[in-house]
Amino acid sequence: MINIEIDGKLIETGRGSTIMDAARKAGIHIPHFCYHKKLSISANCRMCLIEVEKAPKPLPACATPAAEGMKVHTHSALAVKAQQGVMEFLLINHPLDCPICDQGGECQLQDVAMGYGATASRYNEEKRIVMHKEIGALISTKEMSRCIQCTRCVRFGQEIAGMMELGMAFRGEHAEIMSFVNSSVDSELSGNMIDLCPVGALTSKPFRYTARNWELSRRKSVSPHDGLGSNLAVQVKNNKVMRVTPIENEAINECWISDKDRFSYEGLNSPERLTKPMIKQDGKWLEVEWQAALEYVANGLRQIANGAGAEQIAALATPHSTLEELYLLQKLVRGIGSGNVDFRLRQSDFSSDGKQQGAPWLGMPVAEINSRDRLLIVGSFLRKDHPLLAQRVRQAVKSGAQANIVHSSDDELLMPVANNAIVAPDNLVNMLAQILKALAAEKQAKPDASVQGIEAGSVATAIAKSLASGERAAVLLGNFAQQHPQAAQLAALAERIAALCGAKFGFLGEAANSVGGYLAAAVPFGGSVQGMNAAKMLAIPRKVYLLLNVEPELDMQNPQQAMTAMHAADMVVALSAYKHHASEYADVLLPIAPFTETSGTFVNTEGLAQSFKGAVKPLGEARPAWKVLRVLGNLMNLAGFDYDSSEAVRDEVLGGVDIAQRLNNTLQSVSIPNPQSSILSGLQRVANVPVYSADAVVRRAVSLQKTHDAATPCVTLHSSELKKLGVQPGDTVKVSQDNASVNLTVQADDRQPAGTARVAAGQAATSGLGAMFGTITVERT
Amino acid sequence: MLSEQIQAQINRELKKYPADQKQSAVMAALRFVQDEKGWIPTDDMADVAAYLGMPKMAVYEVATFYHMYNLKPMGKHTLTVCTNLSCTLCGAGDTVAYLESRLGIGFGEVTADGKYGLREGECMGACKDAPLLTVNNKKLCGKLSKEKIDQILAELDQS
Repeated sequence: MINIEIDGKLIETGRGSTIMDAARKAGIHIPHFCYHKKLSISANCRMCLIEVEKAPKPLPACATPAAEGMKVHTHSALAVKAQQGVMEFLLINHPLDCPICDQGGECQLQDVAMGYGATASRYNEEKRIVMHKEIGALISTKEMSRCIQCTRCVRFGQEIAGMMELGMAFRGEHAEIMSFVNSSVDSELSGNMIDLCPVGALTSKPFRYTARNWELSRRKSVSPHDGLGSNLAVQVKNNKVMRVTPIENEAINECWISDKDRFSYEGLNSPERLTKPMIKQDGKWLEVEWQAALEYVANGLRQIANGAGAEQIAALATPHSTLEELYLLQKLVRGIGSGNVDFRLRQSDFSSDGKQQGAPWLGMPVAEINSRDRLLIVGSFLRKDHPLLAQRVRQAVKSGAQANIVHSSDDELLMPVANNAIVAPDNLVNMLAQILKALAAEKQAKPDASVQGIEAGSVATAIAKSLASGERAAVLLGNFAQQHPQAAQLAALAERIAALCGAKFGFLGEAANSVGGYLAAAVPFGGSVQGMNAAKMLAIPRKVYLLLNVEPELDMQNPQQAMTAMHAADMVVALSAYKHHASEYADVLLPIAPFTETSGTFVNTEGLAQSFKGAVKPLGEARPAWKVLRVLGNLMNLAGFDYDSSEAVRDEVLGGVDIAQRLNNTLQSVSIPNPQSSILSGLQRVANVPVYSADAVVRRAVSLQKTHDAATPCVTLHSSELKKLGVQPGDTVKVSQDNASVNLTVQADDRQPAGTARVAAGQAATSGLGAMFGTITVERT
Repeated sequence: MLSEQIQAQINRELKKYPADQKQSAVMAALRFVQDEKGWIPTDDMADVAAYLGMPKMAVYEVATFYHMYNLKPMGKHTLTVCTNLSCTLCGAGDTVAYLESRLGIGFGEVTADGKYGLREGECMGACKDAPLLTVNNKKLCGKLSKEKIDQILAELDQS
């Protein structure tokens, strides 16, 4: 530690820190534009010039290392003169169109100009004009003339997002921020550039000109999308969500949010919103009062329970539902006498149910990912499924960690990967077994009995060597591994690998409440009544389905089977915020509130319960689902449904519970039958859930749906498979699975292993197909 | 795709730098492209980026930063006339006017037959020979007069 003096204040600061760091620590404000605590130092705006005693001229605070005994003046005559001079230069080419600028009122340049700018400009000549460029559906560059060339957006791309999409082209007064010749900005974190831009040069396309910053009230909320639980500021005007920005939380989302978190609010205001309860009578949909709709549902449930039996009732919920909703749903269903309740809709292997010692979780706090030095990530479309966790892994790799990947698709991770084991889905278990074997050899431990007969290949050995050489390793299972038909074996092997190298072992939570669902007991095991899991409920069709936020053709592991079950059911009750396909097979549609219109709790992937309040009133007659379920409980005369707030429900679930005690990744007695390679013949499906198709809200976010990530799915094959079929990339082919087929465009990608066909799930175009895993055929049309 | 010749030239250049810092060769690579094509199409910038394992935008930044990279076709022979102080004092204005009348084009333009392009240049560091021009950034021609320019153009016409 060294001591310096800023404005007469003695400050202790770390060796190697800059004057800016020290000043911020002491709460002394130094004006700046290009400096950002999460980005590298560029010192090109010169706004932070300050006086340092014995230095011959003003120095930039952001780039000057603090030295012992340094005396700094941030407001001396010299410093202020320098700052005013810089301000005058910055404003020379700035249009000063604040009254029509979207950034007006939240603009750093505006604020600093108030403090350091003159009242009038001495510059009377022509200002330069920068033509706008089209860089995609999310960010507007219409007013690039406002840019002050701080390069924050460029550095964000290089350092945080991992891809340099914006850059500064040309030179001197011709310098312009732009993308490579009309290419769009496709990063899944791109929206953060809007926040970073200290002026109004990069603005939010969906939000532009819809509200002024001072008209908006900011309500705290939590992201309902991925498992991270990013903290959000939902900004509201006239009871309508106008935009979403991050709330800084260093332990969770730092100061970023993904584009999915930022722009999916458009889906909340979608014209597809369901605003009135509806009942189907004689094939026609009628709008009815809540009372009538709920009584209809209660009667239906009672009749089935008394007639065919309570076990004919099944409830499915998405893991994007709140803890309270999930808890009340299972309480309702169990109250009726059925244990058929599940939220793990895309899972296919449930053999670890009851063997897992607690709720599967990340195995460590989110922030600890940055400090890992060895990572083994199994079966994860990391960047698209967990944009900000991927960012943390990227930072870890940047500080020297080795990332090892085992997956069925070699997707670009925008970071150096130490070892890449890309194998077909049915070889994943074998690959992990090889790694376990090699690691045992590396550690001179006795290999696990289940991998005795396995021969470790060169990649597996390299991964084992990498893991063994680290001190702080982590083994993480992604969505793909958790949805895999041998998920339990994958988890058991990964756990043993982690145990051997002293690594943290965790599951990357697929959705906002992937951990919360277990705590709420919205699973068919462990509760007072046992029942069927999500897959079984569809395989053995039930007479009644209660759907909470679920769109079966998009949210389920096997949409084909799900739709068959829905169509065959006697009664389907869809609790949904949207009018969707349910109108074809459902009997009752109950409008429920999305996350901005209800209070609730999400338990994120590290087991942190975060409660939030509604930001706006429910649209139309939509009601929070916890209230709907409570009234249903009352109508069914079930005991214990007298909650007066969602907090009361939450306290019943979590009150007095130490969540940490409930989290446990340990698997007991999962057998690993001699892991063979290549079990299946023919092409195997590799299904990702595209980032903007993962949940109901984001599917209706129009701007996100215009991005490259939301493009209509195609079938991607290794080029050798294309040759075998005799088709060219871009041709239309017939893709069939389980007696159904769809026509898709075919693309070649050698990052895909031979013998696999990548066909996305969660998309309307592929919802006619079967399970996310298994064999699939591709033929010429 | 970069031609085999350019790839060979880049490979030779790459030997000068550490293996993990291939992007050091970007300026040379762009020069090779320009030598072959007379200018640098954006497709070739993307190819250079892929070849050197760097972002396309980073290549574009370099290509647009330096004056001597042509971002559009500048004719078979690009004449760059220095108009900085020494040259102007020694009559660069006359040189430019004469070239413009001989070729029928102004700065930044190309003759209709695609043979000549004219560019305004900065100091070439040879003021003792002012006024100056360069041919394709390679050949320096000094002490320009009308006769000298006629002679240079006659030689270029032949080639």
